[in-house]
Amino acid sequence: MTNAQENRSNEACVENYRQDFPALQQTISGHPLVYLDSASSAQQPACVIDTVAEYQRNDHSNVHRGVHTLSHRATEAYEGARDKIQGFINAASRNEIINTSGTTESINLVAQSYCRPLLSAGDKILATELEHHSNIVPWQLVCEQTGAELLVVPIDDRGQLNLDEFDNLLTDEVRFVAIGHVSNALGTINPVKEIVEKAHALDIPVLVDGAQGVPHMQIDVQDLGCDFYAFSGHKMYGPTGTGILYGREKLLEAMPPYKGGGDMIIEVSFDGTVFNELPYKFEAGTPNISGVIGLGAAVDYLQSVGLQQIAQHESWLLDYMTREISKIDGIRLFGTAENKASVQSFLLDDIHAHDLGTILDHQGVAIRTGHHCAMPVMSFFRIPGTARASLALYNNAADIDQLIVALKKAQQLFA
Amino acid sequence: MNTAFDNSDDMRDLYRELILDHARNPRHFGKLDDATHCADGINPLCGDKLRLYLRVNEDQSIAAAGFEGSGCAISVASASLLTDLIIGLPSSQVQNYYNAVMQRLGVPGADDAEPGSIDLGKLKALDGVREYPSRVKCATLAWQAMNSALDNQPTPVSTE
Repeated sequence: MTNAQENRSNEACVENYRQDFPALQQTISGHPLVYLDSASSAQQPACVIDTVAEYQRNDHSNVHRGVHTLSHRATEAYEGARDKIQGFINAASRNEIINTSGTTESINLVAQSYCRPLLSAGDKILATELEHHSNIVPWQLVCEQTGAELLVVPIDDRGQLNLDEFDNLLTDEVRFVAIGHVSNALGTINPVKEIVEKAHALDIPVLVDGAQGVPHMQIDVQDLGCDFYAFSGHKMYGPTGTGILYGREKLLEAMPPYKGGGDMIIEVSFDGTVFNELPYKFEAGTPNISGVIGLGAAVDYLQSVGLQQIAQHESWLLDYMTREISKIDGIRLFGTAENKASVQSFLLDDIHAHDLGTILDHQGVAIRTGHHCAMPVMSFFRIPGTARASLALYNNAADIDQLIVALKKAQQLFA
Repeated sequence: MNTAFDNSDDMRDLYRELILDHARNPRHFGKLDDATHCADGINPLCGDKLRLYLRVNEDQSIAAAGFEGSGCAISVASASLLTDLIIGLPSSQVQNYYNAVMQRLGVPGADDAEPGSIDLGKLKALDGVREYPSRVKCATLAWQAMNSALDNQPTPVSTE
């Protein structure tokens, strides 16, 4: 098949996927909605919305608690979602899949429950300049609590990690490595497998922040070899307030609970409490049952489309977007790494990103503007923020064309 | 007027000529070395920061005003219009302008005493912002910094 034919066939598939997303079938200020903000939060397909509604309508009850029919149904669906997620990222055991409220909670859990007991003054944690605040601040907190120090791997002007500097910083004083799979601000795909291998050679465990990885590529946690992998439901077409912490069973077994409460215990008395087994030890209180069931439906949806198909389409579209946007005089691109996924940050002339965002919204184009919760990246480029267009499986070339039209209108307005 | 905007896509209700002019060429931009009052305004949503300087006479009138920092067209134009307006005014009247602007932009909790008793003049150019709730914070940033400076509040004000 020629490239042109392949692109056309992709476009035909994408048209079908677009129909799966009710939110995309609307106009904003008289223009069809062009949603280029999926890195913030992706839209949900009808199958996710319907699964959640169906559960609320017919099956809702608490999980792991009742002997009645509804509790049984809710538990089956909730635990069924865990099995789906286990298969989705190829974890070795369902005990390794912990439901959280999102990537942020997953990382905080590891910082407090795994790292805090392990760290003492003088120890080092290694992160990178690319990280989202949620993969910086939990480590700063645990450093404050323990006297450990957070070291930062710098980036180059294309937004790629300086791997020589990573090698230099990775000494036997380092107790833990925390790294993003894909940069939310710049789209850089980090060589996490290589980083895990290097860290493991020194017996240093690694957490991967996969919030921007999971929606765009097939994740195999056993192949990556990482010790922890954190991600969010709402960036992979699932409900907000859901997230996963994958952790190797051996490590999770040894960790103390993160939160105390119901469901995470076997026996409680005022003489002492026996904690529940994995994964329940880390799931105190009534969980986000409907959200997790919706996340299970999102996994089904992603698998029905196919991660390979998604990656191929998004890669083609990112190239198209970058090429078209580069043709506009006065565009400055931020994040031009060799290996990228689904995101392009930019500025136009001296128009502030916030103004661009408002003008584009008026043309029906939704983008993110600002520092993208990655202020160190903005400081690196000495800018307060960028405009960011991010892609999902439902975007097409017409979306990009409308982005370009809208950017040119912004340019005219500010000329 | 640019013909590209002679239709429903026109955003000139927000980006009026006066706003664009003040955004491109902000008045009183720069540090005021002999300031008696100073406060920072921060909008954590977009990372915008500006610092507002005032020199207040003994009779409580505003002798000089200036600002520095980075921001969008709305926040810079608003700061420029503000500094342009208040120089020479007694601080009590500045307070009236502050209240009137907050009311006009529909800021929740704005003091609604004596609405419409003050002629806002050029500040009416900010009227379009009301239709863009996510941008109201941009327009109020300098005003809240000014209020804070006159109150001598030591901590930066945030529009979040």
